[in-house]
Amino acid sequence: MRALDRKLFRDIRRLWAQSLAIAAVLSVGVMIMVMAFGTQRSLTETRDTFYDRARFADIWSQAARAPKTLVEEIAAIPGVARVEPRISQYAVMDLPDMDDPAMAQILSIPASGEPAMNALIVKEGRLPGFGRRDEVVVNEAFALAHDYGPGDALSVTLNGQKRDVRIVGVVLSPEFIYTIGPGSIMPDDERFGILWMAEDVLAAAFNLSGAFNSVTLSVTRGTDLAPVKDALETLLKPYGGTGPYDREQQISNAFLDGELEQLDVMARIVPPIFLVVSAFLVNMVLGRLIQLEREQIGLLKALGYSTGEIAAHYLKLSLGIGALGVALGWLMGLIASQAMASVYVEYFHFPYLVFVQRPSVYVIGAAAGLIAALAGALMAVRRVVGLSPAVAMSPPAPTRFRRGLFDRLIRVFRPEQPTMMIMRAIGRWPLRAALTSFGISISAAIIVAGLFMFDSFDELLDVAFVQANRQDAILEFALERPEEVLDAIEDLPGILVAEGSLSIPARLHHGHYTRTIGIEAARPDNDLVRVFDGDDRVEVAPEHGIVLAKRLAGHLDVGVGDMVEIEFLQEGDTRYRVPVTGTVAQFFGLSAYMDLETASRLLGQAPRVTLSNVVIDDAQRADLFEAVKASPAISGITYMSEVREGFDETIAESAGITLTIYTFMAALIAIGVVYNSARIQLSERARELASLRILGFTRGEVSYILLGELFILTLVAIPVGLVMGYGMAAAMVESFKSDLYALPLIVTDTTYWRAAGVVAGATVVSALIVRRRIDRMDLVAVMKTRE
Amino acid sequence: MANRMDKVFHTTGITKVYRTGEVEVHALRGVDAELYAGEFTVLLGASGSGKSTLLNILGGLDHATAGEAWFRDMELTAMSERELTRYRRDHVGFVFQFYNLVPSLTARENVALVTEIAKQPMKPEEALERVGLTHRLDHFPAEMSGGEQQRVAIARAIAKRPEVLLCDEPTGALDSRTGVQVLDALERINAELGTSTIVITHNAGIRAMAHRVVHFADGNIAEVTTNDTRVAASEIVW
Ligand SMILES: Nc1ncnc2c1ncn2[C@@H]1O[C@H](COP(=O)(O)OP(=O)(O)OP(=O)(O)O)[C@@H](O)[C@H]1O
Ligand SMILES: [Mg+2]
Repeated sequence: MRALDRKLFRDIRRLWAQSLAIAAVLSVGVMIMVMAFGTQRSLTETRDTFYDRARFADIWSQAARAPKTLVEEIAAIPGVARVEPRISQYAVMDLPDMDDPAMAQILSIPASGEPAMNALIVKEGRLPGFGRRDEVVVNEAFALAHDYGPGDALSVTLNGQKRDVRIVGVVLSPEFIYTIGPGSIMPDDERFGILWMAEDVLAAAFNLSGAFNSVTLSVTRGTDLAPVKDALETLLKPYGGTGPYDREQQISNAFLDGELEQLDVMARIVPPIFLVVSAFLVNMVLGRLIQLEREQIGLLKALGYSTGEIAAHYLKLSLGIGALGVALGWLMGLIASQAMASVYVEYFHFPYLVFVQRPSVYVIGAAAGLIAALAGALMAVRRVVGLSPAVAMSPPAPTRFRRGLFDRLIRVFRPEQPTMMIMRAIGRWPLRAALTSFGISISAAIIVAGLFMFDSFDELLDVAFVQANRQDAILEFALERPEEVLDAIEDLPGILVAEGSLSIPARLHHGHYTRTIGIEAARPDNDLVRVFDGDDRVEVAPEHGIVLAKRLAGHLDVGVGDMVEIEFLQEGDTRYRVPVTGTVAQFFGLSAYMDLETASRLLGQAPRVTLSNVVIDDAQRADLFEAVKASPAISGITYMSEVREGFDETIAESAGITLTIYTFMAALIAIGVVYNSARIQLSERARELASLRILGFTRGEVSYILLGELFILTLVAIPVGLVMGYGMAAAMVESFKSDLYALPLIVTDTTYWRAAGVVAGATVVSALIVRRRIDRMDLVAVMKTRE
Repeated sequence: MANRMDKVFHTTGITKVYRTGEVEVHALRGVDAELYAGEFTVLLGASGSGKSTLLNILGGLDHATAGEAWFRDMELTAMSERELTRYRRDHVGFVFQFYNLVPSLTARENVALVTEIAKQPMKPEEALERVGLTHRLDHFPAEMSGGEQQRVAIARAIAKRPEVLLCDEPTGALDSRTGVQVLDALERINAELGTSTIVITHNAGIRAMAHRVVHFADGNIAEVTTNDTRVAASEIVW
């Protein structure tokens, strides 16, 4: 081995703690890159293959009841490749292993025995036979949640008729990679299942012989979807069509897209932070090393080593650190990818989710890591190039201290000599102090950005389950019912209060902006579900106009007082102009609210309802369930407490892990920055500090001079970091915003204190490690070295 | 081996001016010097008289403000940084007052630092044997005395078989007994390898072992004398 390389290894060994601290920060960047990109690519590829093989549809639409003769007309729309009419209904299930009711979405399987689109992957058993009234297949997640398999029995209420059915197969569907029930905000595979039955059986049960109420389309490659959707809408309108939608609005696909988007954001935003911090650390440490080795550099030059060779030597040192970080990052990325895979398998139901460890992801991660280390080194090494050997070998001139701003402060406060030394040191190297402080503040920011989500969830839960939704359960009707049905509901056992609400599929227009949404129409005196303005928690009444979710108002570019046009999808093309009477912060979906009276008047019908919000007497829950099962009108029941429990559980599950991960990452950065600064200061000022010790200063006093500076920098860094964290949180809220949901931007004091605490703790820990070095300083050895 | 009366170095009007702020320091004021191949030359002179400055220019470590400096037929003052590096690598060995060893490398490795990039080097062990350090091959600088460290530095300087050996106060940090060991090593190398050797010193006693003594005063050469009979290093005391 070359002598210079030997020096390299000894240098790395001597600087191992600092090198490790840098490598650790670097490794987090590499890890997240490997994990997020790897997961994102695997997920995208798995999804695409699945969609392709299972012939995932391009367009969907529901209708009330359309004749099958319409299918030919739909198929004639230019660009349409395949059309499949089907029956889709919600129903209440009675499960042998559960006291409470569960809900099912029931879909038909055509007479041909297999759907032409959205093919089912049979995991177990087989598909139901034509005409077999008691055969169903269920989605795998539901089967797993209940440990069901072929042969198990359950009963389902079809149009008020309770029917005992037998599971003959367990399947996966590209439409339900992510399964979420109506009105839910989180998957709950125990209480929501997908059932497939033979079409003729469902047609008979729901009086839909020769008709359909749902249709899926696929188009030839490259077809523009908009005109196809328009044509389909026109065809279905007379039959109660609710407006076609494409993959973008298909719930399962939209959630999957959202997840991929988040992974992408993660892979693009987070690693650069860590890579930049580690480049900064490499620069700091190497810069100092080069300062200390000035003479050796001069000597090497005198010996005939070229500037390039010397620069290469120090670059290699940084590459060594970089390689260590990349290796650690790869390892952690591998482990994290596996962990992510297991999380995805739980929430996303793919027929296979093979995590191919893609070499390209690792190569990119490694390249990014090494480039960061090199970039940091290059800036430090550039200074070597400038030194002429004769200058390099003479010791650097003593640093000139100036009188400046700090001196004025000093004069005001008249601090003791040690404090004065701290202030002068900061004033002398303001850029370095600022960078160190900035590095520390990044770690505080990361914690805030990582943990604010739980504050936001809390707010969201409070608004969703305490402030806005005070009903115990939601009863859903299979079809629109006259408002009088509520009297019948109140007569059901256990129902204390029943209020109604009408969901109207509609399209809103404003100028050239258009959005298809659902309007919720209710009586203004309804008390169970209230519409809030999120900012000041004031209840907003639609009165004679319409209230829009803020994001919806944004999409339409309207404000309070503007007019929007409503087009009801189940009606003709008529547009009704109504004023926007309010906007509300809404976290899930994109809704609009109207007074039931106003809506009914526009629709030209007596007030009708599609669901009822109820308060129930818990003691009579079982009786209520029996009554619900016997009622053909009710297609579903959702208990709010269970929705909330599911939500709480999911959050609690991830809260612990998230807290640990972010704290770990932040502490790494804080320790990396603080420890390295302290070590550098120690080596720079060893003589000065040793002289003070010889003069009779105690170890504590000497440590104070060195570490006091870092404490001051940390103290400045924390508030800056908290503000940066808030900014990052705001940016995240903005980038996660979608039509499906939006997080409120809430950061509580607890989160701020936690971030401050972790950073302060990391500073103290690093300080203690360095303090031990100060305590063990060999005074004679330090003074003997020439500098 | 070079003819005794060949010139290794000659300079005409070498001037060096340092500017620090408004102050100008004239370190060298038009030095005309001639130094000969195979000779052991001693540079004497008061502190600040410009000895190190001249040596650095001759060694290609520093640039002159004006004038010409030649190494044989190479004009040092006209060379680029890259060419000077080449020149140092191929022709010059340095020894400094403060040894300047790389602390993280052993004696052998410090010498290897040079032998690895030289054209026709001797083995590190051989170079260390010439300075009488066979028993310290694997010691780190911190584990050696000042005299031993300086002898490692000399071994490192001669290991590439340089044509000239430039030494700036090689005994400055050493006591008389250790200093003699170092001088002895220099003398033997000059005799055995014929390496032209230039030694800066404050110790007038050392002049007795030189072929030629150059006296410096105030940035210029005051006087050049030659010794007809030289005294062996081992006989010098101070
Ligand atoms: N980098 C520099 N900047 C400014 N002045 C310098 C510099 N290096 C040397 N000098 C000045 O140049 C003059 C000659 O310096 P030089 O080092 O050549 O003296 P010297 O004869 O070697 O002295 P000594 O015996 O003390 O080593 C001195 O006055 C010195 O102050
Ligand atoms: Mg000198």
